[in-house]
Amino acid sequence: MSTDPREELVEHLPSLRAFAMSLCRNSAQADDLVQDTIVKAWTNMDKFKVGTNLRAWLFTILRNTFYSARRRSGREVADVDGVFSANLATKPDHDGRLAMKDFEKAFATLPDEQREALLLVGASGFSYEEAADMCGCAVGTIKSRANRGRAKLSELLSIGEDDAMELTDQSTMAVMSAANMKSM
Amino acid sequence: MAHDNENEHVLRQIDENLKRVYQQNLEEDLPDRFKQLLDQLKKQEPGKEV
Repeated sequence: MSTDPREELVEHLPSLRAFAMSLCRNSAQADDLVQDTIVKAWTNMDKFKVGTNLRAWLFTILRNTFYSARRRSGREVADVDGVFSANLATKPDHDGRLAMKDFEKAFATLPDEQREALLLVGASGFSYEEAADMCGCAVGTIKSRANRGRAKLSELLSIGEDDAMELTDQSTMAVMSAANMKSM
Repeated sequence: MAHDNENEHVLRQIDENLKRVYQQNLEEDLPDRFKQLLDQLKKQEPGKEV
């Protein structure tokens, strides 16, 4: 087996792209971001400490690239409350599953930092400590971003209360597959 | 507490949906340009050791 982490880059492309998709919210921009990340990772690979988490290192490059581009463009963080419109079908459909499209739409309205925190700790299985490290902020900051994101999502999707109990079973699969990601 | 359980349930529900979105994105086909780019980068640094 090769010990050159450059050889392992290719294995991380799908997760890099998934992270980029949730930050950029459109695939053209996400692909550009992944491309920039690959070039930076390749040319800075001597700075990677072999034996540490390559995926976390790559995610860090990707998010730093994303935020420096955002700073350059002078784009402000979107005001979620103002943007979100009421065209969601907020109830779960017949089989009790939350409509994914609605969920994705609601997720896309969150501020970048909240989407990032939720993606890192909620979806891709990094610990709060790892996520804080990658984002260069305190653990409490990541927790608070993730919690604010979750609270906003549950508000936007009107889940909770009576609906909550109907949603359980369909989700077991997602939990099972998430367990695999944790080991990364 | 019933309320706590419910709240926990909602949060779990949200994380499960997050994982589904992430999983969907993971399973999408990668554009060829990434592999082409890696090939190109490899060619530029022939035989470089780490």
